Amino acid sequence: MFDYTYLPAPNLIPQLIEMMIKIIFIFTLNIGFFAPILGYVERKQSALMQDRIGANRADIFGYTLGGLFHIMSDAIKLIVKEDFIPRGADKVLHTFAPFAAVVPTLLAFAVIPFGGKYNLWGHETNLVIADLDVGILFVFAAGSLATYGSVIAGWSSNNNWSLLGAVRVASQMLSYEVAMGLTLVGVFMVYHTLSLTEIAAGQEEFFHWGIFLQPVGFFLFIACALAENKRVPFDTPEAESELVAGYFTEYSGLKFAMFWMAEFLEIVTIAAILVGVFFGAWHIPFLSDDSLLNFLAGIFGLNFGSLFTMLVHTGVFWLKVAMFIGFLMLIRWSLPRFRYDQVMKLGWKIILPLSLANIVVTGIILLMVN
Amino acid sequence: MLNQYIPVLFMIVAAAGTATGMIILTTLLGPKKEFSDKMEPFECGVSPVSDPASRFSLSFYVIAMLFIVFDIEAVFLFPWAVIYTKLGVFGLVEMMVFVLVLVVGLAYVWKKGALEWE
Amino acid sequence: MQLLIFYVFGFIAIFAAVSMIVVKQPVMSALFLIVNMLCLAGLYALLDAHLIAALQVIVYAGAIMVLVLFVIMLLNLREKKGLITRHKVAMQGIGVVIVAFVFVLIAASMDFVSFSQAGAVSAEFGTVAGVAKTLFTDFILPFEIASVLLLVAIIGAVILSKSRT
Repeated sequence: MFDYTYLPAPNLIPQLIEMMIKIIFIFTLNIGFFAPILGYVERKQSALMQDRIGANRADIFGYTLGGLFHIMSDAIKLIVKEDFIPRGADKVLHTFAPFAAVVPTLLAFAVIPFGGKYNLWGHETNLVIADLDVGILFVFAAGSLATYGSVIAGWSSNNNWSLLGAVRVASQMLSYEVAMGLTLVGVFMVYHTLSLTEIAAGQEEFFHWGIFLQPVGFFLFIACALAENKRVPFDTPEAESELVAGYFTEYSGLKFAMFWMAEFLEIVTIAAILVGVFFGAWHIPFLSDDSLLNFLAGIFGLNFGSLFTMLVHTGVFWLKVAMFIGFLMLIRWSLPRFRYDQVMKLGWKIILPLSLANIVVTGIILLMVN
Repeated sequence: MLNQYIPVLFMIVAAAGTATGMIILTTLLGPKKEFSDKMEPFECGVSPVSDPASRFSLSFYVIAMLFIVFDIEAVFLFPWAVIYTKLGVFGLVEMMVFVLVLVVGLAYVWKKGALEWE
Repeated sequence: MQLLIFYVFGFIAIFAAVSMIVVKQPVMSALFLIVNMLCLAGLYALLDAHLIAALQVIVYAGAIMVLVLFVIMLLNLREKKGLITRHKVAMQGIGVVIVAFVFVLIAASMDFVSFSQAGAVSAEFGTVAGVAKTLFTDFILPFEIASVLLLVAIIGAVILSKSRT
């Protein structure tokens, strides 16, 4: 049945340290950098696009740094705000909902690779927290659990708007979850794997990037991902002109911030998946991993060479991610909101059949190529 | 093979810890002043005239059921896609049969108007 | 280590299952059922059934439980007193008898299961490619029949929702 042996002892300590460093890195980057900075970017970007000056008042000794101190003042404000629970609301569920919204979005990063495999001073490093065989299914699983946070928030608030938002969010996320899975099936067929590390490794050559092999899949996926993210043009569950703030109308303080954090982290996840699946992950166009490693190793020696290769690759990856985040956030101020029936129609009647057709076409082309 | 899940467990603990910490922080800090009018659920400034107890359109429920069916279809497609190049023509035909049956289902739903929103 | 993780998951699974029945608030019940299913996914992962573990979360915890929550929301089930007021003790008695019967069945069937092969699985067992190979070659007929089953489910869903209009 079960063996009582513990984990393999010899390389346990370096592995554990490596794992902790990677987890701390991902958490710091997401919670400490992306979540607050995206709040600032959102405000500043909307100001720019609407010809306003925008967030520029918070200052320390008269210095405003273009409004960057608003990140700090926002954080302080959100932390010390009153935690409001309306009368008639289910207190336990109301408190549990932001927890259920944030945890899955943080978990999704476990399988996203932000660099390749490197040999540093004899220690094999794989820049992904958990290199699971099921790969992207883990992200889908986390995404399907993320629905509950919004639904429970809307349900427990004892508010008409919240409940309407919850029902809308549930059926919107369900509809696009199916389509999102199907849009990526073509990618799995091309790279014959579900593992994000292997998909990324298969894109070393520039013309093997997912965007060239699965162009239709890319556009369908980005539409589905936006809908799952519940942002404009798919923000019917939280449409402020219809439903106040939708499912999180009755939230304040950090609990409110947690829903926003979940949304921003979802943007980061989507951008990371877009980069990892369609835009060559950490690979630099026309520069293979080996030639970069050889070049740097020639200058700095093998160990420092691989260390710098690792840093360059990680930097390239997050730079690409940052570019896609910028693109995804640009959409918010560029497009009007869809009507709810249009959202559902797009999901079921356009994206779903198109992604099935994409699978069939990919299948036939793959057969002809082989 | 099991070792690959250890980081996932750590991630779960770390994520749950972060979320719990934030909730505890917001519950402890901040003022707590309760009075009757403030505790009302938000309804554009007036007292709520209706309890959120009304029932919803059945379409939502139909969508949820259809979702499960098509989700299971997608679940079959994932492993199939991984070994597709090994299966070759046989793989294409067997999945075409599978998908066609479900496309018939989708067409039926479409025709019956279950995807329409009034 | 494995045994420890097994006990943790197993204990939480049983705790969640019991709580699901005991808790009066329907949404809480549904949440405990989700916790239970997540723990089952963990147990599958312990058994090297990686794909099944992921699908357990996607299909059961992610899809089917959303439907359950939907029904709770659509029918607006808040905390209600027990629906069964008459013969309460008798009903509980019947429940206990049924549960006891199932336990006896499980205990009896233990004898027929051989544990000798457990642990001796190939590296491919339970992985996506491994499951796919078996499913799409050896079990092709059940797989195709599954599509018919799903078609029936689609038609059933539409007819049920349209019958009253």
